[in-house]
Amino acid sequence: MSARDRILSRLQHDVIASDNEIDLSVHLDKQFDTQEKLERFTEKLESVHGEIIRCSENDWTQTLARVVDAEQIENLTLGLGALPDQAADAVSCAVRRYDADIEDWKGQLFSDVQAGFTTCRGGIAETGSLLLWPSIDEPRLLSLVPPIHIALLFAKDIANTFTEVLCTQNWQDGMPTNALMISGPSKSADIAQVLAYGVHGPKRLIVLLAE
Amino acid sequence: MNTAVNFTDAAKTALKNPTLRFNFRQAMDSLRERRAAQFPDQDELERARDLAGAIRRRSLNHLAEKLVQLESQCQKNGIQVHWAETPAQANEIILEVCQRHDAKHVIKGKSMVSEECHLNDYLAKHDIEALESDLGEYIVQIDGETPSHIIMPAIHKNKKEIAELFAEKIPGVEYTEDVDTLTAIARKVLRSKFETAAVGISGVNFAVAETGTLCLVENEGNGRMTTTVPPVHIAITGIEKVVPSLSDVAPLYSVLTRSATGQHATTYFNMISSPRREGERDGPQEVHLVLLDNGRSKIYQDERMQDTLKCIRCGACMNHCPVYTRIGGHAYGTVYPGPIGQILNPQQYGIDQQGEMLSACSLNGACGEACPVRIPIPSLISELRHEATRNDQAGTVYGQGALRKLHEAVVWGSWKWIHRTPWAYKAMGLAATRLRRLVPSAAMGPWTKTRVKPALAEKTLHELMKERES
Repeated sequence: MSARDRILSRLQHDVIASDNEIDLSVHLDKQFDTQEKLERFTEKLESVHGEIIRCSENDWTQTLARVVDAEQIENLTLGLGALPDQAADAVSCAVRRYDADIEDWKGQLFSDVQAGFTTCRGGIAETGSLLLWPSIDEPRLLSLVPPIHIALLFAKDIANTFTEVLCTQNWQDGMPTNALMISGPSKSADIAQVLAYGVHGPKRLIVLLAE
Repeated sequence: MNTAVNFTDAAKTALKNPTLRFNFRQAMDSLRERRAAQFPDQDELERARDLAGAIRRRSLNHLAEKLVQLESQCQKNGIQVHWAETPAQANEIILEVCQRHDAKHVIKGKSMVSEECHLNDYLAKHDIEALESDLGEYIVQIDGETPSHIIMPAIHKNKKEIAELFAEKIPGVEYTEDVDTLTAIARKVLRSKFETAAVGISGVNFAVAETGTLCLVENEGNGRMTTTVPPVHIAITGIEKVVPSLSDVAPLYSVLTRSATGQHATTYFNMISSPRREGERDGPQEVHLVLLDNGRSKIYQDERMQDTLKCIRCGACMNHCPVYTRIGGHAYGTVYPGPIGQILNPQQYGIDQQGEMLSACSLNGACGEACPVRIPIPSLISELRHEATRNDQAGTVYGQGALRKLHEAVVWGSWKWIHRTPWAYKAMGLAATRLRRLVPSAAMGPWTKTRVKPALAEKTLHELMKERES
């Protein structure tokens, strides 16, 4: 008998206790209108050091260009696709595309890249969170390794709660390699409970919130 | 097995250390306040606990079936699944994977299950350096210590102690108490390790059977680094961490972060469902999942004890425990300190080995009230105290009866007889009141070592009530 079978045999029992009803209403009852969603999202993300810049769906590229100039970002790494293309065209700094396997440019990514730009799949109002599904076009490390992460979020994609997202968007039918919920820049309070930012991931998270 | 520490002696030593007591007091007070601030509405808190508890209960009700489903879904996604009955087996599995990839050093995300296995020491014996990347874990590792709290491993240290440690242990670092500078130093050291590590080892917070997804909760980004940068990722977890469906993780995550550190959400919630797929630019080529039993299936077999396995490792029980707050995590001498440790360690390793800590509880109930999945920790401690002293060999816990003492058994036997025998009860009441001055301090045991002997009443309650009636 294998370890697997021995473990499983010890977990067998004659009577399966009846399951209590799973009542999700404590989460699903949280419904915000459009204005409340934006306010709540902003309040929660800013409370954890996230930076939000509101813009319109039509002029987000100009806003991005202004941010890049104002923050004196010298190089920006982007993924592929229509939105990253627009972003790349808009900014005046040096642009690099994440279009090679990590093995080919790990050193550069870790040392030279100042900021990374990604799109978002959605957001969550209750906790001020971004939802990202990294992909072939926008790889996983793009939102992690550069010291500044600039994320583009469309206000219409903000849901009420994470529970709502998982109950309504059918993620279970096809999970990506990696799905992420991001709420603020990387941080730690492991030294005497003092908050410090940019421990391993980005020190700054700048969200372009496009309405 | 954990290092053998005499709990009582360790607790006494901890109580005599004012710095340690101050560090813990301050940290626990702030963690409790932050949790309370996340649950301003008592009704919502209770409903969230009901829901989280029901999800964990349902997961356990179908544990075997869900583990099999998790295995097949993971395999379908390309994740290799391994089963380990003991820490030794888990270590062997991990070593084999590391050696196959010729790993000289591996980077670790936070994993309490790997602490159960003493994995770092085991790998070191086989010439593989395992470096902790969670800031708190890194701090305790370079000081040759173990975590004193399951969520905040270095909570026992203050800024000054960490500043001294960094200056002493990290080459080229000067003494500084500036937290941002200290953090930047650790970031720099660990970044180069992330870049070059052949294997990343992490824990798992929830494993979703429905989709074969491994979920990790963290703030620093080291968990994401560990599971994304090295070419191989090994996740290790206890068999109880499985949940049936993807929608189960949101309510659990919500109570976990709020209960643990008083955060409405952690910086990262990382859901991993497969190794790097065709065309993808990053992520590990291989992902392994090691499912560790280490006594969990034994706990599962006793229905009274099964609730122990509902735990989602938030640490709220220790933050609210008056004993933990005073003695800190190291006094327990075990991987899991505090109330959850008090119910888990004796069951995993036997009451004869780890039963002493069962006495370090006033049954005040604070842990049970704080638990986000409604584990009745105080009742389980009582139950284990019964197991510890029973002599009928009818219990299920390893080392049952190990703490039975003859004089205690005689005292409680007499107590029982007196309370069932009216004339003896009356006589005892009279003796205790009329002869109250004769009771020697020593008869009160350790209580009077640091306290005045309590004064007994002149008359029994029965007498007083009769007087009032007449």
